[in-house]
Amino acid sequence: MRFVDEFRDADKAHALAAKIAALCEPGRQYKLMEVCGGHTHTIYKHGLEDYLPESVTLVHGPGCPVCVIPMGRVDDAIHLASQPDVIMTSFGDMMRVPGSGGSFFDANAEGTNIRMVYSPLDSLKIARQNPDKRVVFMAIGFETTAPSTAMTMLRAAAAGLSNFSVFCNHVTIVPAIKAILDSPDLRLDGFIGPGHVSTVIGCRPYEFIARDYGKPVVVAGFEPLDILQSIYMLMVQLSQGRSEIENQYSRVVPWDGNLVALKAIGETMELRPYFEWRGLGFISHSALQVREKYAAMDAERLFQVPGVRVADPKACQCGEVLKGVLKPWECKVFGTACTPETPIGTCMVSPEGACAAYYNFGRMNRTRVAEAAQAGRS
Amino acid sequence: MCLGIPGEVIELHPEQPDLAKVDVSGVRRLINIGLLTDDPPVPGEWVLIHVGFALSKIDEREAAAAMEFLEGIGQAYEDEINALRESVIE
Repeated sequence: MRFVDEFRDADKAHALAAKIAALCEPGRQYKLMEVCGGHTHTIYKHGLEDYLPESVTLVHGPGCPVCVIPMGRVDDAIHLASQPDVIMTSFGDMMRVPGSGGSFFDANAEGTNIRMVYSPLDSLKIARQNPDKRVVFMAIGFETTAPSTAMTMLRAAAAGLSNFSVFCNHVTIVPAIKAILDSPDLRLDGFIGPGHVSTVIGCRPYEFIARDYGKPVVVAGFEPLDILQSIYMLMVQLSQGRSEIENQYSRVVPWDGNLVALKAIGETMELRPYFEWRGLGFISHSALQVREKYAAMDAERLFQVPGVRVADPKACQCGEVLKGVLKPWECKVFGTACTPETPIGTCMVSPEGACAAYYNFGRMNRTRVAEAAQAGRS
Repeated sequence: MCLGIPGEVIELHPEQPDLAKVDVSGVRRLINIGLLTDDPPVPGEWVLIHVGFALSKIDEREAAAAMEFLEGIGQAYEDEINALRESVIE
């Protein structure tokens, strides 16, 4: 891996850390949210918080698609899967997410046929091979995966497949960021913008954050130096009193996004009036549903979906973790009742979830050490 | 699922222009390149793949970095590669 060093060089990391520290105003606290679960992963894995001055705190955001699906939608999916002649297909990440009566794996033990697929296109193949079955694809994810669902629907329509449908749970990142900005719980100074989502939507959708809220956004890559560089770019803006959208990950993210992908989404899906997010509650225009034109592929139109709202288990504090109000280890059940093997909440299920990332990599990070020291003193 | 996996384009599908064979860590599978019709990849180029679709073209340097990132993730990456191995896009 001769290319990787340039993204990992420890000297460069220390040099960036020094430049970040030099930009901190005495007495000022900086809270920066990394929106994307992939970034959370890098931060914990490489202990990036250890490079930052005490006054700079990273807050983990809601950008983990599995984590934000509310329990009620898992129950709805299992209800769909238990209808006659239904084969449901799902990404592997979803299989262990608990609903109120168990996960997809548990449902399969009770007799449903929920199959793991790598791609929605694999669901198409299953539909072709099983003409007497109704194949429902459990579509989840932000704008990173929505184009794949859209393209698959277009393909199914072109092929005239009549036994394929989509249970659409796609969510959009911008309304979630807005909900966090409007939340009284948290005062943020800037955002490390998501990388892969921005490949699709580009950088323009974030402009309101700078314009209306006066906060800078830097779209970032996934390497440790990408993230440190992005934090530095945010700190430069803050020190100069600027709030702009900058693209640190321009080697992958085009400013205008992927127009083919956006067109495919727009053709097949439209915004829902509202959608429930785990932890964030109902957010207006924050998710996608299948357009009327493709009603024949909309599982919510083809089947009765109960749509029951299910409260999270009392012990679970995923909501606070997703909003960045709680650090993973501040949750009452973190690492005890809730582990990646036996998750209670979604944040512990997905590798992009803050709790799983912290559980796997971050257990000796700076904050924890500082808190332990403080606890020892008190 | 949300992981972007780098793959090297080996060949374009002779009959279906939106499919291409890619090599991901030695696993060769067909993926869909329909989202890159504005700037289609050619054999030898690298793409970042999400759930069977190439979402962007990347250079070899980026591909190497992305691959190392994924390998560092451990189980989640193993699961993703195994899922890709099972995938039969046509």
